[in-house]
Amino acid sequence: MNVINLTSSCNSDFVRQVEEESGQQLSLCYQCGKCTAGCPYTTEYDIPVSQIMRLTQAGQKELVLKSKSLWLCATCESCTARCPNKIDVARIMDVLRHMARREGYGGVKTVKTFWDSFLHSVQKNGRVFEVGLLANYISHTGRFWTDMGLGPKVLPKGKIHFKPSAMQGKEEVSKIFRRYTEESSK
Amino acid sequence: MKIGVFVCHCGSNIEGTVDTAAVAAAAREFPGVAFATDTMYTCSEPGQEEIVNAIKEHQLDGVVVASCTPRMHEQTFRRTVERAGLNRYLFEMANIREHVSWIGKDREANTNKATDLVRMAASKLLHNRPLLSKQFDINKRVLIIGGGVAGIQAALDCAEGGLEVVLVEKTTTIGGKMAKLDKTFPTVDCSCCILGPRMVDVAQHPNITLYAYSEIEEVSGYVGNFDVKVKKKATYVDWDKCTGCGICMTKCPSKKATDYFNEGIGKTTAINIPFPQAIPKKAKIDADFCMKLQKGKCGICAKVCPSGCIDFTQQDEFVTEKVGAIVAATGFDLFDWTVYGEYGGGRYPDVITSLQYERMLSASGPTGGHIKRPSDGKEPKNVVFIQCVGSRDKSVGRPYCTGFCCMYTAKQAILTKDHLPESQTYVFYMDIRATGKNYDEFTRRAMEEYNAKYIRGRVSMIYPKGDSLLVRGADTLMGTQVEVDADLVVLAVGAEAAAGAAGLAEKLRISYDSYGFYMEGHPKLKPVETNTAGVYLAGSCQGPKDIPSSVAQGSAAASKVLGLFSKDKLASDPQVSVVDIKRCIGCGKCMKTCPFGAIKEIDFRGMKKAEVIETVCQGCGICTSTCPQGAAQLQHFTDNQILSEVNALCQF
Amino acid sequence: MSVSLTYAYYPGCSSTGTSIEYDMSSRAICAALDITLTDVPNWSCCGSTPAHTVDHTLSSALSARNLCQVASMGLTAAVTPCPSCLSNLKTAQHRMKNDSFREKVSKLLDKPADITVETKSVLQILVEDYGIEKIKAKVKKPLTGLTVAAYYGCIMNRPAEIMNFDDREHPMAMDNIMTALGATVVPFPLKVECCGASFGIPRKDVVMRLSGKLLDTAKEMGAMALVTACPLCQMNLDMRQEQINSANGSKHHMPIFYFTQLMGLAFGLTEKELGIDKLCVNPRTVIDALGMEGNSKEKSQ
Repeated sequence: MNVINLTSSCNSDFVRQVEEESGQQLSLCYQCGKCTAGCPYTTEYDIPVSQIMRLTQAGQKELVLKSKSLWLCATCESCTARCPNKIDVARIMDVLRHMARREGYGGVKTVKTFWDSFLHSVQKNGRVFEVGLLANYISHTGRFWTDMGLGPKVLPKGKIHFKPSAMQGKEEVSKIFRRYTEESSK
Repeated sequence: MKIGVFVCHCGSNIEGTVDTAAVAAAAREFPGVAFATDTMYTCSEPGQEEIVNAIKEHQLDGVVVASCTPRMHEQTFRRTVERAGLNRYLFEMANIREHVSWIGKDREANTNKATDLVRMAASKLLHNRPLLSKQFDINKRVLIIGGGVAGIQAALDCAEGGLEVVLVEKTTTIGGKMAKLDKTFPTVDCSCCILGPRMVDVAQHPNITLYAYSEIEEVSGYVGNFDVKVKKKATYVDWDKCTGCGICMTKCPSKKATDYFNEGIGKTTAINIPFPQAIPKKAKIDADFCMKLQKGKCGICAKVCPSGCIDFTQQDEFVTEKVGAIVAATGFDLFDWTVYGEYGGGRYPDVITSLQYERMLSASGPTGGHIKRPSDGKEPKNVVFIQCVGSRDKSVGRPYCTGFCCMYTAKQAILTKDHLPESQTYVFYMDIRATGKNYDEFTRRAMEEYNAKYIRGRVSMIYPKGDSLLVRGADTLMGTQVEVDADLVVLAVGAEAAAGAAGLAEKLRISYDSYGFYMEGHPKLKPVETNTAGVYLAGSCQGPKDIPSSVAQGSAAASKVLGLFSKDKLASDPQVSVVDIKRCIGCGKCMKTCPFGAIKEIDFRGMKKAEVIETVCQGCGICTSTCPQGAAQLQHFTDNQILSEVNALCQF
Repeated sequence: MSVSLTYAYYPGCSSTGTSIEYDMSSRAICAALDITLTDVPNWSCCGSTPAHTVDHTLSSALSARNLCQVASMGLTAAVTPCPSCLSNLKTAQHRMKNDSFREKVSKLLDKPADITVETKSVLQILVEDYGIEKIKAKVKKPLTGLTVAAYYGCIMNRPAEIMNFDDREHPMAMDNIMTALGATVVPFPLKVECCGASFGIPRKDVVMRLSGKLLDTAKEMGAMALVTACPLCQMNLDMRQEQINSANGSKHHMPIFYFTQLMGLAFGLTEKELGIDKLCVNPRTVIDALGMEGNSKEKSQ
């Protein structure tokens, strides 16, 4: 592990930005680890959530934003629900993900592609179109085997539709996305 | 009147943000001011000398000191002006530290505000009159509330000092939390063996009257002369006759009563004596579980009692005690940990509190000193301790550190290994707080010699897995989630203010913090005093404390009482209300609003008038603002004095 | 006389596909209980997890559009079966209490965001507005003999400040309903543990582990079936149960019901209108065991 020079490497703008966007005070965290203790996805994390909190307190922007953990958080809220200092940890994870996206960190490709495909589907259809979403995901990841085994099981149940559900006013939804893109490029 | 003004720098505390020389210069222009100066530390010996010299040199007959809060040094400066021959009430204090320099950084604004405060003080001083205290007799008996180790210590020290002591205990026996402990840290000596003899001393001391199973109903009066109404709760047993033989307990058929002494580990009989060394060793009937009291059937205890002391018709009884001082030593209660749903919220029998575990470890406890799981009576192999349950946790409204859990957890880990050599203990902790003498060495011993595995991190969840419990926590030093298979989980539950603490504080007219702990007179300098004269504190009622600190405070409170009673008479505070009989129209409004019953009606040449009982008046001033005629005037805070301050401030 | 309950109904995207039986059974039992559900016209996706991982304003705007639709219906209360939708709607409402945030959302909507609508889950209205006692009174075929574990998932109850429903660590709403229906409810310690959530596609391995643990524990506690209130949880446990078995080497055959389906069965509704046939893990044996109980009871009377 590298030596971290706490004076020169602390990005205090980053700390301030996380606090502002999340509405949380980072100094409240006293590193008890209860968030990590209850995190169902911690096994998949490269950095456990309590250490994400610590690194964020210390202004270690690069280390935090390139962490895979941000993309593997399932937003189950157990960290937030049990934090003795009432910090909304899940919201901080959300905000860090937003920042990582904005700053162009690739994250975990499968997860990011899935989320992007999902939103693409919503943008286009107003609602999620499951088959379209899966097709989009597969075409972007090349993971052709994804849930193929489920087909024979689910198809006869009449749960899967091959056309997006007809919804009037779906252009209103795509306008929300368009305005969002315009606003965020400002 | 010739007034002298002394503006204090308080080092840089005031001077840092207030131009004290400018305040003094401005003061020289105020009406009546004959002398003004700024000084480095007015409270220091040379500072006080300067006041005395100035009084003599400039023939001053009034003094204003602009410095800190009057809570800190009003008495100091009153004595100073008295030394120079002035009446102590010809002195005024302007608080330019807490009210000015500590709360603002703008030097100019601060200087202006400080000047205003000095102007107000000087203006009031022009209207001050000399006041003289009266002497009154005091009752040299002391009431001690709470029979835990702090109350016991205070009672014995006072009694040894020759005072008559009235000790009131809420439960049926004295001993408090310490009597429930198996061993004490860091010496691992038997708790009951060291406390027991002290409890016996209390019972046998000729100067101590003990009211057990009693509570304070009402307190009136003032320092030196309190009247205290004590409620002796019904025990359904005539304690004058009860010998504590315990035959009733062996025969009582109702065996499912809550065992409060054993913290609910096991059950007890409806009539019981909580433990063998109880003081007084007297039986009490738990009405909720007594078949005779509930259904009118049974009465076996009355039949078997050799001394005929059972009395199912007994009622609560009230006695009034006259005392001159009161020591509150009401201790603490355990935090109700069941708010932690993630720890099972009380659903899992093998998750217990540290005090329940203590009873389990005790040879006189419900398991005879054997560690057994409540669920199946098996000996546990892996015992997990979780610290800071209800401590340092804002989410449950307990942000403070209880302070002694780290130590008792280490002790319990050591005792676990002593009882069960094959066992393995795990301790989840956040920080180890072991700051007493030999304390840190003790926690190290738990790790080094008793192989307690300390894991730094909180626990997120406990849930049953097979017939054991899975404890899922974090090891923040390893940076990972960890799991421990536990046979028994002991929660180091934090301390909170005793149930009913706030209600008692209101009866005693003392203040308490937002958690219900009693406020000391000064956090450093008056640790066992309160802001109510004659009322003192000892032990955990002021904040969680371990045994040595509680005992020290018990002794400290006793020495304060003995000091108070070393005088035969006390001086009354002349800052009380006085009714001007010429103005009084006898409307009686003041009598109705006085919270202390300090105003009585008199007949003056056939007319109704109000008169203040000086010794009862607390100087609150409610009558002053109630009186439609301005007849009731609080001395040292008369309408004229207050209005002169207002005029000084609002002159523009 | 009781006032009839009327709500705007927001089905959520999964109700059109993978959780169609949740939608069917929710509508069926509400009809049976005289609770009126009126569909939100032209409802759209709440944005789900992906939206809030991208941006909070975007996420809230997608939810707010639907809240505006509800307001335009002249109704003050909206109900959704899906806890994920509810969480998004409620989070948006919570954040929009902040004026500057609401303005940003309104900008994306191009109209003022509504902050007046009350939002609840179907489960919540049943226990809070309708009442367990009245549910009990509607039971025609008690679920005697059925031993279930109730699984609530992550976000039905938390964060407590936003969801404001039941207990965050030990919810009892479904347990109480199941007991009222005559079923036996086993204590289930993992009531609010994560099933793997929306990672079924990108990180199936984790879902296999987490959902597998739920099935293992339910079995260990003696449950014959799990009952859920969340489309995502249900999908992970039901549709992926075979995948879980092959990944973990387990042999679970545990039906995963929506609580609304079991309510419907107890109310005497048909399996068809409750979408029982849509479940992937065949619940036949469990239901048949019930049928026998019910029949024998009827016969003996």
